Amino acid sequence: MSGDLLAIGLFSDYTLRTVALGSAALGITSGALGTFAVLRRQSLLGDAISHAALPGVALAFLLTGSKAPLALVVGAALAGFVGTLVVMGVTRTTRIKYDSALGIVLSVFFGFGLVLLTFIQRRPDATQAGLDRFLFGQAAALLRRDLVTQAVLGAVALAAMLLVWKELKLLSFDPDFGQSLGFPMRALDVLLTSLLVTAIVIGLQTVGVVLMAAMVIAPAAAARQWTDRLGLVALVAGLFGAAAGVIGAVVSAEAERLPTGPTIVLCASAIVLVSLLFAPRRGLLWREARGRRDRRRLRLAAVLEDLWTLERQHVDGAHAHSAAVLAVMSGGAERSLAELEQQGLVRRVGDEWALTDRGRAEAAGRESR
Amino acid sequence: MTSGQIEIQLIAVVVAVACALPGTFLVLRRLALVSDAISHSILLGIVLGFFVTGDVTSPLLLVGAAAVGLLTVVLVSTLERTGLVREDAAIGLVFPALFSIGVILISRYADGVHLDIDAVLLGELAFAPFDRLVFWGWDFGPVSLVVMSIVLGLNVAAIAVFWKELKLSTFDPALAVALGFTPALVQYGLMSLVSLTAVGAFDAVGSILVVALMIAPPATAYLLTDSLPRLLALAAAIGAASGIAGYWLAYFLDASIAGSMASMTGVFFVLGWLLAPERGLVAAARRRARQRLEFAQTMLAIHLANHEGKPEAEVESRVEHLHGHLRWEADFAERIVRGAERRGLVVERVGSLELTDAGRTLAADAVSR
Repeated sequence: MSGDLLAIGLFSDYTLRTVALGSAALGITSGALGTFAVLRRQSLLGDAISHAALPGVALAFLLTGSKAPLALVVGAALAGFVGTLVVMGVTRTTRIKYDSALGIVLSVFFGFGLVLLTFIQRRPDATQAGLDRFLFGQAAALLRRDLVTQAVLGAVALAAMLLVWKELKLLSFDPDFGQSLGFPMRALDVLLTSLLVTAIVIGLQTVGVVLMAAMVIAPAAAARQWTDRLGLVALVAGLFGAAAGVIGAVVSAEAERLPTGPTIVLCASAIVLVSLLFAPRRGLLWREARGRRDRRRLRLAAVLEDLWTLERQHVDGAHAHSAAVLAVMSGGAERSLAELEQQGLVRRVGDEWALTDRGRAEAAGRESR
Repeated sequence: MTSGQIEIQLIAVVVAVACALPGTFLVLRRLALVSDAISHSILLGIVLGFFVTGDVTSPLLLVGAAAVGLLTVVLVSTLERTGLVREDAAIGLVFPALFSIGVILISRYADGVHLDIDAVLLGELAFAPFDRLVFWGWDFGPVSLVVMSIVLGLNVAAIAVFWKELKLSTFDPALAVALGFTPALVQYGLMSLVSLTAVGAFDAVGSILVVALMIAPPATAYLLTDSLPRLLALAAAIGAASGIAGYWLAYFLDASIAGSMASMTGVFFVLGWLLAPERGLVAAARRRARQRLEFAQTMLAIHLANHEGKPEAEVESRVEHLHGHLRWEADFAERIVRGAERRGLVVERVGSLELTDAGRTLAADAVSR
């Protein structure tokens, strides 16, 4: 489908519009809130929460017998929240470290969720169909009521984040200082975790529990490369998340046999890759270019200084020197001399080289600096 | 029990023990979540290996998948070394991307034919006995039992041979470097074991539950002992017990075996968390209660010793007076006095307390310390 057709499809096709709007909502929310998780080195808490949500979905279905999005989302959120409480409890009361606690919660809750899912699936009635889309997500199955739930929850979470923005910033950068100012840091920590849980459960139906963590981590990690300001990082992360969500979901809904969660995650990963390579100042290519520029500048400066030193060691000041002598003093002299000549800092005297007046001024100025 | 049931339990035990051994070192080295990353990304290796060999049972598949597992570790540490993202985010960026590619490849090109999305998460332990290794008319048992026995043997052999290196680099990496060992080599050796084990176990229990078997039993054992050999043995035993208990749980619920095994590792972990002889929550609570009583009894002894032989002793040593003086509730004071009597620290004579020699010594010791 070409771009125009896709755009037309996007606005006329009801399903596609639902899918795109839902994915945008989840992308913005998880991107913006993921910023804090990544900043606080809690990226993988998102992984634990999303896996831990699975038994919540299954239990909510078993208890209420309905697949109403709100019931399942509440179940998922409660289970995710219990999961984080267990992680905190284990690390506080035992000598087991954070990573192991996350690993246990992630895998055991998920295992229990699979037990419940298979248990539900083997029951005679067929009302359970579709619960397994929570594993890898299925955008095409999104309904209007799912979209409304996602959008409302996302808006609430984002509004709460903006409301306590300053406090969250304090929590992320200097919790001790915040404590000393009298802010309730523990309560803020719990609030932020609850917001993260909300962001994650919004995406479970579209992206699935297995890969939802990537939607928390990838947009924020990508956005971080473009700016140093927290507000901008969160904003850009939200945009990246929305872009990955919409593109991935629409592509997966259009193509056959293309599971939504993995498709969205690959879009997000592509954004990360581009950011890591091309982001100004921090990006790897940028850094490589700067390294080259710095090395060249150092090389030229070294030759210029060598000439200046030689000049002062000789009685007849402006006396020229052969490139060979300079090459002994610093490598790659031939190339550097040619470049310096272009800049008008050295001049050729027969086979040898001498400083121009400008070159002398430049070298002297550099030395005095 | 049918022979099929026995074989399934045998596979469950072998898988659990094979996972627990390298898992113990992951827990001790705070690398628990590396198992999460590896167990996910080997899916891509299995799919690619399948495309190359066209055969799901080829041993080449195992090697290729393990290589992708190792590649994950390399990618994570490369990404981390760029300084653009932190370790937790690096893990969370790499494995979802690789896993997504794997899932998409399966669902587009191999779904239902040879590889199955559900099997990726659930494993196919229930069908394992049907896939038998037959050579020259001899039945060597289920393929996965043979494969996992070999993996288990490899793990045991590797840990035995590199015992000293593993132990030293786990507990004191700086000393290991100083003595001329190469921690990086040990690290990648360990990661190779983890990859190979995860690939082998993948068939039986699926990708995420490998994490449960690798992390939860060693973490539980870590609550019970301080010695490395006992830690390994306990982790293996807890893993094996989870395997068997998980099988029967699944049998009665008619649910996923792998999920039940993971749930049982969680049950054992919670039991250990609550009931571990020294570090468990119950033991800690009882210790605190006992210390509180002992402290109060010491206070009582000091109080009595302070006033002993002085004119006010008559008033001060009455049980009722403790309420006003030490701010003890009447029934708490009663409990402390009775406890102190039983320990032979005080005797009560007509409503007034008198220190014994033992009580006097205790008070003197406590004060002089």
